[in-house]
Amino acid sequence: MSEPESSAADATDETERPSASAGDDVETDAAPLQVRDLRKEFGAITAVDDASFDIERGSLTGLIGPNGAGKSTTFNCITGVHQPTAGSVRFNGEEITGLAPHQVADRGLVRTFQIARELGQMTVLENMMVAPKGQVGESLWRSVLPFARRAVDRQEEEILERAWETLEFFEIDHLADEYASNLSGGQRKLLELARALLTDPEMLLLDEPFAGVNPTLEDRLLDHVHDLREQGYTFLIVEHDMDLIMQNCERVIVMHQGRILTDGTPEEVKNDEDVIEAYLGGEV
Amino acid sequence: MTDDESSPEGEETGGEGPAESRQRRGFDALFDSDAIMLLALLLGIYAVYVVGGVVIGFPLRGLVNQLGQLTFWIAVFGMGALALNLHWGYTGLFNIGIVGFMATGVYVTAIVSKPVFGSGTSAAEVGGLGLPLFVGIVVGMVAAGLLGLVAALPALRLRADYLAIVTIALSEIVRFTLLSDAVSKGTFGGYTIGLGGGDGVILDFADPHEAFVKALSAPFDLILGTEDYLWEEIYLGVLVDAAGAIIRPNPKPVVDNFFYAALLLIVMGGFYALLRRTGNSPFGRVLKGIREDEDVTNALGKDTNLFKIKSFVVGCALMGLVGILWFGAQGSVTPNTFRPRITFYIWIALIIGGAGSNTGSVIGGAIFAAFLFQGPLYFKNVVETVLGNPEAPASFGAAMAQVGAGDVVPFLLYTLDSLRQLQLVIMGLVLIWLMHNRPQGMLGHRKEIASSIPLSRPSAPAETDDGSVATDGGDPRE
Repeated sequence: MSEPESSAADATDETERPSASAGDDVETDAAPLQVRDLRKEFGAITAVDDASFDIERGSLTGLIGPNGAGKSTTFNCITGVHQPTAGSVRFNGEEITGLAPHQVADRGLVRTFQIARELGQMTVLENMMVAPKGQVGESLWRSVLPFARRAVDRQEEEILERAWETLEFFEIDHLADEYASNLSGGQRKLLELARALLTDPEMLLLDEPFAGVNPTLEDRLLDHVHDLREQGYTFLIVEHDMDLIMQNCERVIVMHQGRILTDGTPEEVKNDEDVIEAYLGGEV
Repeated sequence: MTDDESSPEGEETGGEGPAESRQRRGFDALFDSDAIMLLALLLGIYAVYVVGGVVIGFPLRGLVNQLGQLTFWIAVFGMGALALNLHWGYTGLFNIGIVGFMATGVYVTAIVSKPVFGSGTSAAEVGGLGLPLFVGIVVGMVAAGLLGLVAALPALRLRADYLAIVTIALSEIVRFTLLSDAVSKGTFGGYTIGLGGGDGVILDFADPHEAFVKALSAPFDLILGTEDYLWEEIYLGVLVDAAGAIIRPNPKPVVDNFFYAALLLIVMGGFYALLRRTGNSPFGRVLKGIREDEDVTNALGKDTNLFKIKSFVVGCALMGLVGILWFGAQGSVTPNTFRPRITFYIWIALIIGGAGSNTGSVIGGAIFAAFLFQGPLYFKNVVETVLGNPEAPASFGAAMAQVGAGDVVPFLLYTLDSLRQLQLVIMGLVLIWLMHNRPQGMLGHRKEIASSIPLSRPSAPAETDDGSVATDGGDPRE
């Protein structure tokens, strides 16, 4: 079954994947994520200083900046880990400012962490199966009562199937029965991305997904990201590595000292005086 | 296009038929091995006790009583460890206030089910609401669960160590409340009820096992037109009578103890089944996720606070039930029974067995009960009887006096005589040894997969090694 499943397979893929169905209403809203005047203060320090930007649907956007530029804090404010001091975050037109992290994730905006955070004493497969939304078996009664259990089992089979498929897609299915804590750093990053996908996100926020990953695995991860973007996922990636972002993102947002320095194509950003200043000349 | 045709079939055959048989095999295998392990352990423990009893030439009555006691402690600590395992082993909630929930359970049961003040022949200081014991047990469990909720709401937002402080403080608050004169006796709506203060309360409700047998008897009574058929005819008429043939005189207390302990063992089986089911489900999976990394689980869209509260409340209600079953059959309770020591007994049991494993919890409870809790005293009994009940030195000085001269017998006798006091030292040493050498417990770090179905590959693995899967993402294999 190696021959042409290209278009047909892609078509079925689109319809089967719930997240892609969200891609159908592209026309409603070009920018699913809208950040307006986002501000976060920690005491006297302003970590994010009135940051505003839009992320377009189906795009791969990089968010770069020197250490302490406020990238991760911006991430945390968007995903509900931090409460922003001021400003608003809208996702698909809905105000999500100040929602709890699980509420943000539930709306299809899912993040990964800077340091891969696997659920160590759970197997890779268990890690994956935690993720899907709307599991009936997450209700205690349904899990325990015999007559309700059958529906749980049925859904578990579906989830299991999807988990295997996703593990295969990321080529870590041979590790399915391993404890996640036994994985290498790069495999953990793969697992984290795979796990995030199982929540049926529309948009993924990846916090330094390539940090500490060897070049081979980095290429693999990048391939996956590009594949997924073609399937309709939207990406916002925080990254230190300027070159990597410049080569792979169609749009780059540069932050410096909590502020958005510039926002444009890699070409524009590369030639921006302020960026050069911030990265090469300025105080880091 | 070939994909469209073949994938549903592939799912059918690959996903259901073999998966189901695999499921049965996997489940049976696991269950068998666990059940066999538990059974072997229990039989081994009983064998040790019986051999010990035969060595000292225990009269049958004494031996049966010892075995009944042993069964009781195994069940109690097994249940306690199972309930704690839900908190600590699954959810990572550090509850060191277990005894407070137990006390709440048994005291509330007492209030609900004690006979009304002044009725009957009861000499109790305070009365109760006079409701059936089953109502009392349910209300007691609910009360323990609610207390857990009260503790959980503010504390679960904090980090684990703060929950620990809150729970141990709460258990002491419960104990001091029970001790308080202010709530020891009062009249509410015509009922004279109260917590009894330092004197405790007399649990003058029906014996739990008697109430249980009588309740079971209801359908028989309906058919046969008798009253308490199972209790009068079967329990007293057959069981106690038969025991009377070998245990005399007065076999009933012995049978009562043994029967109650056996009943608790069955309840422990219920705990095990319930918690195993809870653990092997998407619910249990989220709990494990919280234990491993709450932020990550939250970021995956799970309302972790809600899960933590549910887990905590259910565990607390079960702890309340353990308290009811442990102390409810004792005739009376006093507040100072409920010291933190009991909490730590249960922690030791769980640590021995291995947090995170339900089977391990039961094993830990059994080993703790048999070898650390009742074991030393039984050992003392055996040795003393073998030695013909020698007189032990009265003081440490007297015990040491002869050691210099090479005579260690008085010292050993003194040690043996003090075994009850040394018990806690032994427990401490065992705990330290475990922490150093086997912190994960006897069964810890075992892969008990949190899923309601076995997690084997849904389709035949032969088809998986082609690269096509990787290129087209998540579509079903053909």
